[in-house]
Amino acid sequence: MSTTPTAGTAPTTARALRPLSELQALESESIHIFREVAATFAKPVMLFSGGKDSVVMLHLAAKAFWPAPVPFELLHVDTGHNFPEVLTYRDEASEFYGARLKVASVQDYIDDGRLRERPDGQRNPLQTVPLLDAITSGKHDAVFGGGRRDEERARAKERIFSLRDEFGQWDPRNQRPELWSLYNGRHLPGEHVRVFPLSNWTELDIWDYIEAEKIALPSIYYAHEREVALRDGMWMAITPVTPVRDGEPTTRRSVRYRTVGDMSCTAAVLSEATTVADVITEVGLSSLTERGATRADDRLSEAAMEDRKREGYF
Amino acid sequence: MSPTLQAEREASLQGRRTLLRLATAGSVDDGKSTLVGRLLFDTNSVLSDTLDSIETASRRKGLDRADLALLTDGLRAEREQGITIDVAYRYFATAGRKFVLADCPGHVQYTRNTVTGASTAHVIILLVDARKGVMEQTRRHLAVAALLRVPHVVLAVNKIDLVDFSETVFDEIATDFALLARTLGVRDSHAIPVSALEGDNVVTRSSRMPWYEGPTVLGYLESVDDTSLEVGEDFRFPVQSVVRPQSAVQAPWAASAPVVDGDYRGYAGLVAAGRVSVGEEVVVLPVGSHATIAGIDTPDGPLDVAVAGQSVVLRLDRDLDISRGAILTSTDAPPAPTRDLTGTVSWLTDRTLAVGQRVLVQHGTSLTKAVVKQIDGVLDLDFDARSAPTWRGTDALTLNDIGRVRLTLAAPLPVDPYKEHRGTGSFILVDEADGWTLAAGMAGPTSLRTLDVDPHDTTAEPVTS
Repeated sequence: MSTTPTAGTAPTTARALRPLSELQALESESIHIFREVAATFAKPVMLFSGGKDSVVMLHLAAKAFWPAPVPFELLHVDTGHNFPEVLTYRDEASEFYGARLKVASVQDYIDDGRLRERPDGQRNPLQTVPLLDAITSGKHDAVFGGGRRDEERARAKERIFSLRDEFGQWDPRNQRPELWSLYNGRHLPGEHVRVFPLSNWTELDIWDYIEAEKIALPSIYYAHEREVALRDGMWMAITPVTPVRDGEPTTRRSVRYRTVGDMSCTAAVLSEATTVADVITEVGLSSLTERGATRADDRLSEAAMEDRKREGYF
Repeated sequence: MSPTLQAEREASLQGRRTLLRLATAGSVDDGKSTLVGRLLFDTNSVLSDTLDSIETASRRKGLDRADLALLTDGLRAEREQGITIDVAYRYFATAGRKFVLADCPGHVQYTRNTVTGASTAHVIILLVDARKGVMEQTRRHLAVAALLRVPHVVLAVNKIDLVDFSETVFDEIATDFALLARTLGVRDSHAIPVSALEGDNVVTRSSRMPWYEGPTVLGYLESVDDTSLEVGEDFRFPVQSVVRPQSAVQAPWAASAPVVDGDYRGYAGLVAAGRVSVGEEVVVLPVGSHATIAGIDTPDGPLDVAVAGQSVVLRLDRDLDISRGAILTSTDAPPAPTRDLTGTVSWLTDRTLAVGQRVLVQHGTSLTKAVVKQIDGVLDLDFDARSAPTWRGTDALTLNDIGRVRLTLAAPLPVDPYKEHRGTGSFILVDEADGWTLAAGMAGPTSLRTLDVDPHDTTAEPVTS
């Protein structure tokens, strides 16, 4: 027995009584969340890197406030090691959706001595300080992030509205209960709330939505040839910030990126997928999780994500 | 691409795949984490790198096979202590449906976690150990599911392998449970014999229980009616914000969006219940004025009808003083705005609630000050199999209590009885000082059938002014 309605060309009224489709339900929920935040917080800001989740988030924000413009700024914490294609796309997409973009730069912090490079060269963990500074100096009381609960088991524990203390810290043992769709964003001065409108989306939902809504993405999400080296089981791009190591063999391969963090911690996957449909097929067949396959920063320890989140990272 | 995956993809792209929210509940050691792990594992929702990591961890613990319970313990402290501390959300999908599972910890005292997980659930899966049958905790969880009006309840009689797959044992437990469900007023319940550890009847049909002819747990989840209760109710639309663009908006990202001029005025919100059509008359609460729907707008183009669950912008045929917090409703039986709010609350914190205390009430899109006028009683969930929950007198509520309270509101709110409207009948109580969420509230008479005749139970009276 199945109650799933069959596709057809029923008139609007009959069709309207069917349950919403998965993507309609997810879209409606995210739009509801955006509107609640805009209506109840003084100065929200949205993290925007140009990666696929943040682009979907921006598209949903534009829909939530239409026919008015997106009522908050975008913020990118640039590690200085980002892929140039993604930075170009980031600027174009902000303009396309009519949003204003602010950039906080990890490089500036390193140049003036407020941050020091790590021995392993990874800059992702260094983002937390400029992020928290930008939140404080911008007087932001709500910060949208594109985190999804299917990404990592520490994220599976996070509420859609996640209260952070004045140091940006997450306390997983002391979270506010979240009931029905009654989101409670009240907080004390100095505290802020991280909001995750994509909480209930999975990697495949994101790609399905990109296909359904014809959303453009940075080119590196699709197969292209690149000089790569196999390090720790991952295909790392040879770039000015991740140069070839002594005696290391390199090769040109057709690759694409499944997640886009910075060049020092994001690896590519071998791929021939040049269209959204190709990518969806590959994602469906992959036996590796999105972060497990390509994120060096999550391999630091079994609780790497939880530890970074506790410190104020997303 | 495999045939299953292909079918899944097609259903999803044609908009046929629906979203079903479910919650799990069970006592410690009933095997709840194992059942959830089994559901994820047997629906191929666990990828090999995750599996490798739990196999390594299981070997470290001296186990000879992967401990599926490890799939669900997300926090360092949970893994270290082997317990579940807080609700986690899991995702799995089949050809026709995507499932959002609220994985609730089962500790005896954690009624609040079950309330959190069940508040949005369409289905709740309760677990019992076949060797123990229906326990106090099962009754507690079932009462919570009934109170929260979860439409479908399924009992997984786990560890059936440890009672030799006995039909008699299963039948006894299933009969006890069905009786209890009827007593509490649960709309729909079903029992399934399973072994989560060995995978019997979770995703794969077991050959070891030929006497059981019903669906597997997954089969049940795939076939249960997923039309939300809200779709059949009277129209309710809490206004989130008034949309008044200062000038015409260029939206190159929304090619099919209608062009709007500078006079545009719409009301953004999510349809909480029922449906609304262009040309239909609505009531604006709490003011009580009437208007007609002039348009239903979305950036993907206008709609003729909007239904429960959809985020839209409504336009009316006349200018009215409407702001965030207003509710548009059908002209049939709109709720009467009242300053006296009576309801059942599930107390979620270890702070105490006492008479005279000031709190904030968040209902729909409005936030109102309130004072606690009276605490009628606390629900005694330690009822036995042949009785029903009863109210016991108290002057205070504390962690995990379910109580009846009367509040006086600073401004009238149009609140529906929860048993008729989950969306506009629910509210939360918030601490005025630090913003903490104190309680989950269900307005009006309780939906526990056996308590309908409770002497304290009176419907809120309308404001007379």
